[in-house]
Amino acid sequence: MLEIKNLHALAGDRPVIKGIDLNIAAGEVHAIMGPNGSGKSTLSNILAGRPGYTVTQGEVRYAGQDLLDMPTEIRAREGVFLAFQYPVEIPGVGNSYFLKTSVNTVRTHRGEEELDAMDFLSLCQEKMKLVEMPGELMDRAINEGFSGGEKKRNEVLQMLLLEPKLCILDETDSGLDIDALRIVAGGVNAMRSPDRAMLVITHYQRLLDYIVPDHVHVLQDGKIVRSGDKHLASELEAKGYGWIGQAE
Amino acid sequence: MASENAELRKLADEQYKYGFVTAIEADQLPPGLSEEVVRLISAKKEEPEWLLEFRLKALARFQEMLAEDHEPTWAKVDYPKIDYQNIIYYSAPKTSPEVESLDEVDPELLRTYEKLGISLEEQKRLSGVKVAVDAVFDSVSVATTFRDELEKKGIIFCSFSEAVREHPDLIKKYLGSVVPYSDNFFACLNSAVFSDGSFAYIPKGVRCPMELSTYFRINSAGTGQFERTLLVADEGASVSYLEGCTAPMRDENQLHAAVVELVALDDASIKYSTVQNWYPGDVNGVGGIYNFVTKRGACRGKRSKISWTQVETGSAITWKYPSCILQGDDSTGEFYSVALTNNCQQADTGTKMIHIGKNTKSTIISKGISAGRGQQSYRGLVKIGRGAEGARNYSQCDSLLLGDECGAHTFPYLEVGNPGATVEHEATTSKIGEDQIFYCLQRGLSEEDAVSLIVNGFCKEVLRELPMEFAVEAQNLLAVSLEGSVG
Repeated sequence: MLEIKNLHALAGDRPVIKGIDLNIAAGEVHAIMGPNGSGKSTLSNILAGRPGYTVTQGEVRYAGQDLLDMPTEIRAREGVFLAFQYPVEIPGVGNSYFLKTSVNTVRTHRGEEELDAMDFLSLCQEKMKLVEMPGELMDRAINEGFSGGEKKRNEVLQMLLLEPKLCILDETDSGLDIDALRIVAGGVNAMRSPDRAMLVITHYQRLLDYIVPDHVHVLQDGKIVRSGDKHLASELEAKGYGWIGQAE
Repeated sequence: MASENAELRKLADEQYKYGFVTAIEADQLPPGLSEEVVRLISAKKEEPEWLLEFRLKALARFQEMLAEDHEPTWAKVDYPKIDYQNIIYYSAPKTSPEVESLDEVDPELLRTYEKLGISLEEQKRLSGVKVAVDAVFDSVSVATTFRDELEKKGIIFCSFSEAVREHPDLIKKYLGSVVPYSDNFFACLNSAVFSDGSFAYIPKGVRCPMELSTYFRINSAGTGQFERTLLVADEGASVSYLEGCTAPMRDENQLHAAVVELVALDDASIKYSTVQNWYPGDVNGVGGIYNFVTKRGACRGKRSKISWTQVETGSAITWKYPSCILQGDDSTGEFYSVALTNNCQQADTGTKMIHIGKNTKSTIISKGISAGRGQQSYRGLVKIGRGAEGARNYSQCDSLLLGDECGAHTFPYLEVGNPGATVEHEATTSKIGEDQIFYCLQRGLSEEDAVSLIVNGFCKEVLRELPMEFAVEAQNLLAVSLEGSVG
């Protein structure tokens, strides 16, 4: 599904990604862990196509296509979804209107029929239950005045509605209390499927107690310094990131 | 940022759809301003002596102001000096403009209105959404629909010239009572040479059952348009009035200097909405309308209310301050405005709220959007008179910048003469967020849709004040799709 080969990139004019190789097959859940400033968020931003980053070397293929060559909105329509660490507020734009526009844009791209207001509403209500999202949030402006937990639920709700092929979760656990974490993880787990790949980016191991990964990678200074299975995460939690440096 | 700017520029460069010219023969006076011209206009309209005198007084005052170089320069707009002798002050379609029914209207003219999306015939036939339309083409009112139905309720809605003939007492009583002929430079010019416009009178206790609407169209080259609108809501009456404007694309600048006067008596309410889309000129600022307009409403009666809503997307230069004089105790004035400037457009717009009566309230919500090299200023005066005990004002002025070559400026003036008054003012300026655009793109929206969505969200508080019939046009004008977001 996703093949990253020898990726080097700048954030602004600062080298941040310094040679990443990573393959994620459909059906797999990979976690990337690492200390602050290791390049985790930069990687997710590059994959999603955020402006401000320059790839200097390497390539990224997504479902057989050159991902880096695709405009941001086409990546999204082709099934690349980024759950934001800090979802932005857009005043005056109704959340449900935004979601409906987004869902129908992606459906049209896939050659599916647009959903009318009634069908969208019932689909939305079904998915909202999964993340225990209060109905009144749909009538508010996008993320405006939402609590941290509500913003993250809104992200996962969008993921559930858009049914992407590659889900990138950028520090989805940040700012969540344990109940919210459980709910959000429940929504993500409901998305696990043999046709779907997931990349979970996190600083802490606790998210991985709920979303159990197939593979764990440790990112340090722009490079993957160690890979392993889910046990690597617990080891890291116990020994800290410093341990990896010492072990080498 | 680079691609964002390109997209914004593309949006800003959207072509003007209403730029066609209608091939219609016009009865025109030669260019120039003189007593003779004013007398000719008055004679063509078979006006009574008192109205001619009103015009001549205005002309005399205007010529004085012109001689003393009193053209206002305080607005933050920049344009070459206007040669007032080079403007045609009267132009009318040659086919008899005074018609009994639409069948007698020049079919070419009706097609023009159809192109503009206002089919007068359609309006007559459809009974669903009712909007009574008065269409003003160059200087003359060409057709008013739904007259009979309105007459049954005692509502008068007709062209200004007709009102002068058929309801001279009302005109004599109210004309110039809110905007005196000597009020300001452009109002003074209008008072001398105004050609036509709309008049409406809503009698005591009557709620006007449909939207009243006037569509203004400048067609002929070299002409100025100087229309005059007068709306009177008698005690307990209410009315919602809509105004729309377009013009052909021309390389020259054309002057539009209108005057609108509103009068609300006890318990009356007037809602006045404008979607202004005069030709803005091309990308380089060649051509376009100079929109120098005086609009003022008087809340004369107790508990009366006047509400202005405007969506200003057109004109090369806009100079316009729809205002309320809150004379009656407990009266209310409102001003909701969206102004969009792109390319080389300039707008200096805002409002004046003059609180005279006790417990008078006013609300000002102004949303300015600048793109391209557009320059835009909000200029507002809130004046609380000495006797305006308990007066309240709330003002909010927000500016949104698209790209980095445009500008937004805010000039609020406050004069508080009564210590028991409450005045609040809030102002914000923001750039359209790169993060907001990225968020939308990541959800599959195109950049164009993302910008529209964000701009539309920014204007929502104003757009929702528009009557449904106009909301659609306004949203399209802002290149915004609102489908499904309401309800």
